[in-house]
Amino acid sequence: MKLLQEQLDILEVLEENHQVTPKSIAEQLQLDEEDVSKHIKQLEQEGIIVSYPTLIDWSKIEGKEAIVAMVDVKVTPKRGVGFDEVAERIYRYPEVKSLYLMSGTYDLSVSVEGKSMKDIALFISEKLSTIESVVSTTTHFMLKKYKHDGVIMEGDKDDDRRMVITP
Amino acid sequence: MSKDYHKYLSTKAIELQPSGIRKFFDLAASMEGVISLGVGEPDFVTPWNIRDRSIAALSDGYTSYTANAGLLELREEISAYLKRRFNVFYQPENEVIVTVGASQALDLTFRTLLNPGDEVLIIEPAFVAYASLVSMAGGVPISIATYAENGFKVTPELMEAAITERTKAILLCSPNNPTGTCLNKEELAALAEVVEEHDLIVVSDEIYAELTYDQEFTSFASLPRMFERTITINGFSKGFAMTGWRLGFVAAPKEITSVMLKIYQHTTMCAPHMLQLGAIEALRDSTEQVEKMQKSYWRRRNLLVQSLNRIGLECHMPGGAFYVFPSIKKTGLTSEEFAENLLKEEKVAVVPGSAFGASGEGYIRCSYATSIEQLQEAVVRMERFLGRYVKK
Ligand SMILES: Cc1ncc(COP(=O)(O)O)c(C=O)c1O
Repeated sequence: MKLLQEQLDILEVLEENHQVTPKSIAEQLQLDEEDVSKHIKQLEQEGIIVSYPTLIDWSKIEGKEAIVAMVDVKVTPKRGVGFDEVAERIYRYPEVKSLYLMSGTYDLSVSVEGKSMKDIALFISEKLSTIESVVSTTTHFMLKKYKHDGVIMEGDKDDDRRMVITP
Repeated sequence: MSKDYHKYLSTKAIELQPSGIRKFFDLAASMEGVISLGVGEPDFVTPWNIRDRSIAALSDGYTSYTANAGLLELREEISAYLKRRFNVFYQPENEVIVTVGASQALDLTFRTLLNPGDEVLIIEPAFVAYASLVSMAGGVPISIATYAENGFKVTPELMEAAITERTKAILLCSPNNPTGTCLNKEELAALAEVVEEHDLIVVSDEIYAELTYDQEFTSFASLPRMFERTITINGFSKGFAMTGWRLGFVAAPKEITSVMLKIYQHTTMCAPHMLQLGAIEALRDSTEQVEKMQKSYWRRRNLLVQSLNRIGLECHMPGGAFYVFPSIKKTGLTSEEFAENLLKEEKVAVVPGSAFGASGEGYIRCSYATSIEQLQEAVVRMERFLGRYVKK
């Protein structure tokens, strides 16, 4: 789908901070406020803007720490539906936070979240590997999240180090 | 009693005007919670690939001097960059000198050009250093005042009126600090005619060339017959977000650069080696990042200009750099009073227009090289401030 330049610009602004108001977007991009709202609505309807999640670092909150594992899954695709059917069976589990079809030595990259390693182990052995077309799984536990979706988790180290007034 | 040092010091140095910015800086720096629209440099940190290159250079031991004019490889990149971006060609071997910031390139230029008493035309409001640089080199700075009504643009008529038989050069700065004014090709060409008629040299400070918004940037040397009488000043500070690197360059016909180089080799020897390597990386591989920063400034300019006009601080839409120069005349305050009161009462720092010459009185410089959130908060505070000073 081809977008207008102003729609692309709006997406750029929203990707930085989705809380920015249509009025501010309009001022920044020299557009009409109503047009901005219309574009946003349209982009939402087209499924280009999918949702507006907030990136939270749960690991910083006591009692909310979660364990994440990246699981490489090999599957036998089914005639007619390819990988889609098995993918759906997997991504419907709430424990599954993301799912990608990959090229290379395995097929699906699944990230699984749980409260403990035992939780995740259980999910993999009881749920994931028992799906009939799943051939094998390899599990990697995530130790630390440095950067997520383009955002550096430990706050940006590029603080403002400028003097208050310069020529 | 403290010793009187006057007899030990140079009269010329003593008589230099201290920068009007300095005084303000001390006050602002002592306060907490200040939103600063007073910063004349990017709020971006230098792109990582450039930093990484210089880190590697330092690890690899690139700690020696380079050729006086800078690494040939860097001069080749500069030459290619100027050709690619602005359609001017300078021989990398003998027409480009890498300097310690555009600042030093300007200093070097005036030392090279001026005999005692030579006059240099400076378009006001102007970058704070210009007049002092000319004086220190023995020249006489002659101001040409420009006005908001005309978007702070210098015209051939204004220029003609200031020319005397002692006029040697004109210093142009487009996009301008502090007004953001950008001259288009036709406007520059009109000035070029006067330049030619009076046989002048043009010193073109193009440090903000990467930051123009509604029009293509025109490099003065690219105009017909102007190459031979133009000294082009540029650098990495603004467009590449590299102010602290202190890297700039000057490009001019070799008859000029060869004389410059004689001064340069005694005053400076060369720009830092490991940083020059980072600059090569900057010119080779940061187009996308430079464009991204430019677009980000564009958005902030639009927002700030609209907001200031809305709250009653009238300003024109500047074509470049990252400054807006609104009028504060309706408050009845001088620009210094305005800036000082605004800082004390609302903790917003701006620079009084008078710091940029007499014609800057009645205006303030607001830099939009700060986050959208900060700009919006600054506007709220300024609106509150104006409510107290502007009679309804
Ligand atoms: C118009 C103008 N020229 C030159 C300079 C100096 O730049 P540099 O950091 O390259 O010395 C500045 C910096 O503020 C400027 O605004």
